[in-house]
Amino acid sequence: MTAAVDKIAAADPTAPVVVGRQRRSRGFLRGLLPPLIVGIGGLALWELIVKAGRIAPFILPAPSAIWEQFWLSRSVIWQTGLATGANAFVGLIAGAVVGILGAMAASRFRLLGEVSIPVAAALNALPIIALAPILNNMFDSTSSIPRRVVVSIVVFFPVFINTLRGLREVNPTHRELMDSYAAGGWTFTRLVRLPGALPFVFTGLRQASSLAVIAAVVAEYFGGLQDGLGSRITSAASNTAYPRAWAFVVGACVLGLVFYAVSLGLERLATPWRRSR
Amino acid sequence: MTRRLRVVLGALAALLLGALLWEGYKAVGSDNGASLFGVRVLPRADDSAMPHVLDILKRFGQPELAGGDPIWLVVLDACLFTLRSVAVGFGVGALIGLLLAIVMQRFRVVERGLLPYVILSQTVPLIALAPVIAGWGGKLSLGSYPWQPWMSVATIAAYLAFFPVAVGMLRGLHSPAAIAEELMHSYAAGWWRTLVKLRLPASTPYLFPALRLAGAAAVVGAVVGEISTGTRGGIGRLVIEYSREATGDPAKVYTAMIGAALLGLAVAALVGAAEFLLNRRRRVLV
Amino acid sequence: MTAVALSGVGKVFNAGRADQVVALTGVDLTVDSGQFVSLIGPSGCGKSTLLRLVADLIQPTSGTLTVAGKPARKARLDQEYGIAFQQAGLFEWRTVLRNVELPLELRGTGRRERKRRAEEMLELVGLADFTGHYPAQLSGGMQQRVAIARALAVHPLLLLMDEPFGALDEMTRERLQDELLRICAQTGTSTIFVTHSIPEAVYLSDRVVVMSPRPGRITDVIEIDLGPRSEATRQSAGFFAGITKVRRALRGTPAPTSSSPSASSSASAEVTAS
Repeated sequence: MTAAVDKIAAADPTAPVVVGRQRRSRGFLRGLLPPLIVGIGGLALWELIVKAGRIAPFILPAPSAIWEQFWLSRSVIWQTGLATGANAFVGLIAGAVVGILGAMAASRFRLLGEVSIPVAAALNALPIIALAPILNNMFDSTSSIPRRVVVSIVVFFPVFINTLRGLREVNPTHRELMDSYAAGGWTFTRLVRLPGALPFVFTGLRQASSLAVIAAVVAEYFGGLQDGLGSRITSAASNTAYPRAWAFVVGACVLGLVFYAVSLGLERLATPWRRSR
Repeated sequence: MTRRLRVVLGALAALLLGALLWEGYKAVGSDNGASLFGVRVLPRADDSAMPHVLDILKRFGQPELAGGDPIWLVVLDACLFTLRSVAVGFGVGALIGLLLAIVMQRFRVVERGLLPYVILSQTVPLIALAPVIAGWGGKLSLGSYPWQPWMSVATIAAYLAFFPVAVGMLRGLHSPAAIAEELMHSYAAGWWRTLVKLRLPASTPYLFPALRLAGAAAVVGAVVGEISTGTRGGIGRLVIEYSREATGDPAKVYTAMIGAALLGLAVAALVGAAEFLLNRRRRVLV
Repeated sequence: MTAVALSGVGKVFNAGRADQVVALTGVDLTVDSGQFVSLIGPSGCGKSTLLRLVADLIQPTSGTLTVAGKPARKARLDQEYGIAFQQAGLFEWRTVLRNVELPLELRGTGRRERKRRAEEMLELVGLADFTGHYPAQLSGGMQQRVAIARALAVHPLLLLMDEPFGALDEMTRERLQDELLRICAQTGTSTIFVTHSIPEAVYLSDRVVVMSPRPGRITDVIEIDLGPRSEATRQSAGFFAGITKVRRALRGTPAPTSSSPSASSSASAEVTAS
């Protein structure tokens, strides 16, 4: 009655949804038009409401005020963005490498593979961010190491869970086929397991890339070095300079988008067969 | 059943392994950690940075301050306080997400206009807004009811919980095969009956992963929200307060940490229980 | 020379447990070199199990089994056969061409030779224009044709096929039947072919092996002699006679001549009972 549940998609609420096939054929412009209208209209409405005094500026500053602050602080935003971005990037790479290697190790053992997914999923539900103050104690609170460690712990779980899921999922016909070719364990892994797991790995990496930026920004709320976007947001907000705080939030959003776009691009490059459906 | 048992045993084994690694590192690691080019790359192993596991557990039974309540009670209170923000935030967020998904499914224009933003919002650190929303406290009111600080926290939690539900649910609502839709069409079933009989049941495999994410996001949102809004009484606040006492009373911050972890597990377990009940009922009925 | 020889072969799944299933019992069958043998029977009669035993994907619980004069395991390790399953089972991350190249790759065939052979096979199944596509871009029938090309690519001396044409439309199916026969005749390939379709079994085979379930066993072997097949064969009297023979064997009526009213009624009772 219903189509088979797309296992990769069901586990991945952040995947880009392209519903139906018509969007591509409708052309770039027509697909872009409704969101553009909504975006511009929304911004205009927001500006109008704030200007008309229906919402106090401390609750929601006008977009024009935020933009003004963004432009004024652009060099600071750039520098702090680089610092936060570096934390997110280093943590992302470290967490992803550990996650992928861990998943490969866990998939070698049936029991370990079966048990570690629910356990990792449970650990993933914990507010890992709250580790930040403890890590500040354990390392130097004046270095970026504690933040990078937080990022890599946050990143580890989605990468590990998705990779392991991908490695465990093997089409039974593929197994029979490779048996009929008398293919050995390593050949099977190389030709079937790894390519089959690739979409799952990239799903994990895409989720992780967004989480990495979020963790890097939020880890700064817990004190420590004051060189990133997150610390600027808190300091601006505590000085009630709300438009400036919003401007740094916008900077953080741009950083998040860059990470997401890069990981999405890599995914498209590495798994061409999924794009061409 | 045996599978469930294996998972529980596995979790316990993971916990034990974690404790062993912790103590093992304490035994071999240097008190000052290890530095590379002047940056400490391995953590300090002394008792003030990494207290013994046993000391942390003992700390739960001791009073928070001299003569005060035992710490387990304080932590439990804080967790329950935060749980309220999480529950309200999660409920409101999930409900809005669900309704938005249904509206987007019903009206293509809405979907095409809004969906890109919903997806984008998943990729950006919206939680960064928390300190900004903190400014709402004391300046707003809901009718005659004054705005409570915990409501700011719940707002942040709801904000984070809403997105995964909206996207996951939309995908679920779109998941029925074309032939199933045609079948409903042939029964002359309208939009509402197609929704109730086909789309909603078909969307549960997508809904629950989204709800799990939303639950976790609501916990993170509440904890971070409490920290950046300075809301007193919650577990997030406790983590920050205790971490400031870390030099004198190192085990204390870990008790708050464990409390936060248990809160996350409790919320995940609640969502899991809801899923289990729904699936079981379905299996019995069909 | 015999391509495949089974004697007294039986297969029991979950032996000794509550859910024990006797999938096959007492199977004796020889397939001569160059022969085309079809396995036909209702679901659960063990025809796919029999094919997997020959392919050494599962091992028999009793009896002996040789393929190309060797034990089945050795034959598999030596890559003596090509196989096509009910599901196409293509690697969705490889293009059509690279899917067909897969078995050649595993045999260590050179890059250029691989490409040439794969293209030749794709030409044969009518997919020469789709070499660069990914499986997800093809229809189910086209995917199945790629899987057949993949099975043929190694020019195997033994071809094992498990309802490979089941998902195809009738026109494609008939065309591929003719292609298959042509290839088998050209290369002297022996074939074991599992099917649900009586006309297909009769048209393709030198012998049709009729099987029945609970426990899975061979109940009849029907020799078909239609000479070289052509379009006319599908309308010939011999073809229809063959179909009738197989149909009766499937119903359990002993001989086509003894079709008395009482015998046919008991036969139909047997069908409803099973």
